[in-house]
Amino acid sequence: METENNSRRDFLLAGLAAAGLVAGCSPKKSPFEEAAAAEGAKPSGKTVKLLSVDGEVVEVDEAFLKPVPHMPPVSNEEARVGIPGKKFVMVIDLSRCKNLKKCQEACNHAHELNPGHNWIKVDPMQGAEHTAPYWEPTTCMHCDEPPCVKVCPVDATFKRQDGIVLIDSDRCIGCRFCMAACPYSTRVFNWGEPDIPAEIKSQPYSAETSIPQKKGTVGKCDFCADMTRMGMLPHCVSACPNGTFFFGDMNEDSVTNGAETFRFSELIRDKAGYRLMEDLGTKPSVYYLPPANRNFPFESGLENDKTQNS
Amino acid sequence: MENSIQGEQIIQDLLPRKFKTGGKVWIGVLTAICLVGAYAYYRQLRYGLIVTNMRDYVSWGIYISNFVFFVAISLVGSLITAVFRLLGVKWGTPLTRIAEMIAVGAIMFASIIIIVDMGSPERFYNLFLYGRIQSPIIWDVIVITTYFFISLLLLYYPLLPDIKILLRFKEKYSPRLYKFYRWLGAFWKGDHKQYLLSKKAINALCIAIIPVAFTIHTVTSWLFATTYRPGWDSTNFGAYFIAGAFLVGAGGVVVAMYIFRTWYRMDKYITPEHFDKMGRVLVLLSLLYLYFNINEFLTPFFKMKESEASYLNDLFTGSFAPMFWFAILTGIILPVIILLFKQGRRPLPMFIVGIMVVVGAWFKRYLIVTPTLLHPFMPMHDVPSAYRHYFPSWEEWAIAMASLAGTMLVITLLCRIFPIIPIQETIDHNHETVK
Repeated sequence: METENNSRRDFLLAGLAAAGLVAGCSPKKSPFEEAAAAEGAKPSGKTVKLLSVDGEVVEVDEAFLKPVPHMPPVSNEEARVGIPGKKFVMVIDLSRCKNLKKCQEACNHAHELNPGHNWIKVDPMQGAEHTAPYWEPTTCMHCDEPPCVKVCPVDATFKRQDGIVLIDSDRCIGCRFCMAACPYSTRVFNWGEPDIPAEIKSQPYSAETSIPQKKGTVGKCDFCADMTRMGMLPHCVSACPNGTFFFGDMNEDSVTNGAETFRFSELIRDKAGYRLMEDLGTKPSVYYLPPANRNFPFESGLENDKTQNS
Repeated sequence: MENSIQGEQIIQDLLPRKFKTGGKVWIGVLTAICLVGAYAYYRQLRYGLIVTNMRDYVSWGIYISNFVFFVAISLVGSLITAVFRLLGVKWGTPLTRIAEMIAVGAIMFASIIIIVDMGSPERFYNLFLYGRIQSPIIWDVIVITTYFFISLLLLYYPLLPDIKILLRFKEKYSPRLYKFYRWLGAFWKGDHKQYLLSKKAINALCIAIIPVAFTIHTVTSWLFATTYRPGWDSTNFGAYFIAGAFLVGAGGVVVAMYIFRTWYRMDKYITPEHFDKMGRVLVLLSLLYLYFNINEFLTPFFKMKESEASYLNDLFTGSFAPMFWFAILTGIILPVIILLFKQGRRPLPMFIVGIMVVVGAWFKRYLIVTPTLLHPFMPMHDVPSAYRHYFPSWEEWAIAMASLAGTMLVITLLCRIFPIIPIQETIDHNHETVK
């Protein structure tokens, strides 16, 4: 499990580096050859296809891929502060969701969650009797006025300066007041001992990865704070084949789903973005775009729903 | 002369007595229930809260409703002791000790059950290391601790003159018990100076305990009312909880009065007149609680806001309706009707009404906690089907019952050690009435 994670991360990093270099150099000459020659690597002849940030597919020789050292997890103190100058925001385009649940799958996999412990839920919603039903994925809203943080007696759940709400599972006493306080029902409790591989369980807990989950503590979506620290997208965003999730920085006013990038303010303005339960005053960091001009009919998601909720 | 003989008679009647067979069986049954609860708790510690049937939606179950119940019933200590004393209600004197014992027992188990409910109880110390004053849980920790100590002192100070009397009968107790009495009250000489000091202290505590009692139950109601959820998001909650608390506490005292009266043959000290008067108090408290219930349910029912409609329908006509109407009828309306008649305020009917009030109140606490959690804002959809309903597991029942049994055990043991009815105060009271 661990090695698989590593190799995927290396792969992605190399991909990003490749894209950057491709963009910077003349198209005729491969920029890798020079860099590789400088380091003494010989082309193997086997090539790998990589996706650049521009959405372009580039071919790179396998030998030019270099493993990137594992970034050490940040300390608990750093994890509590957050990334300076950032204000993370998510936009979920409801017209693109067909309840494929790839987001949930990727999230559960990345955070080593047990079955039933869904940090991302996809619910069939219908505003009123005669309005059209649609699929609504929900994550933690990372509220700017988080009710969960207000009620936590021990500061185990906290709000960072970059807007992310995280949990310190080493401190949580398991009173579940935050679960009662959260109007979005986003929080999940580890009622029993989580079933995770021993080598992951023995890792020290990191609030940014939320790994490993611990018995008798609360868990929830962490906006993949470890990924955002590396400048990468949360797992749900990159896993969705329909590009439903956009993620970005409010201060940069841009959000991306990996393939498309928008100005956050323009996207919200043009598509009439809104937040859930605005009247409660929780000020979520997750925005929704209404399910207008759908890419898929609602019914296409029903089949997948049955298997999950039998 | 006649007075002193009467005094000796009172002392003989009210000295604590050894358990007979009935008492021993009672203690045995309570201990057995506690042991089963202890085993269930061992399982919970070992496997986690997974042994309960609480899940992500119903994340608080009967532990928390029991907690609310205990806090509620403990308020009676402040009602009977403090409010009656400050109002100069003399007939309440024989009931003060019973009320304080119930208060101490209940508040002890309120604290225990809240620790039982914690997912990581071994980190309890975090409340003191990292406590944040903005969390209502911290407010609760502070006021419950304060209330516990004030209640303990209110039990202890009025005991001092009685301990002086107890110490006169060395031959009646085991050496260990005698030593314990000496440790508690050997310093008490009962001279004028000490008497004045104790009177002052008791008065000060009686005044202090009233705001603390109001705070403890108001803060407990705020654990719910500070959230957004339908059924909890109410400005009525503090007053509603306090009215209910005084009612269940008074009901508990009536039950205890009857049991002590029949078991310990204290007909002379706990008289039908006491029952009659407590009956009137119960009517007043029931009507008060009824008033707050109407406030709590009528206006949301009138509006039927979308977010609250399914919750209210579930209570009034849905799956919780039988329990809801049972709690309202048995716990509030029937007691009022029965106690309005003089015949209804005799000891036995009062005992039955007391039980009805207490049982109704327990279910009422269950209804305050669970139905709300089953009606969240977001649909209970993308979760295992077991998350969508709640019925406590055997471990939860065992632990909840053990906490109730434990409270009764504490009260029983306190009755074994100390006079159930204040001896010195009864003697003084007799003096005054004879004069």
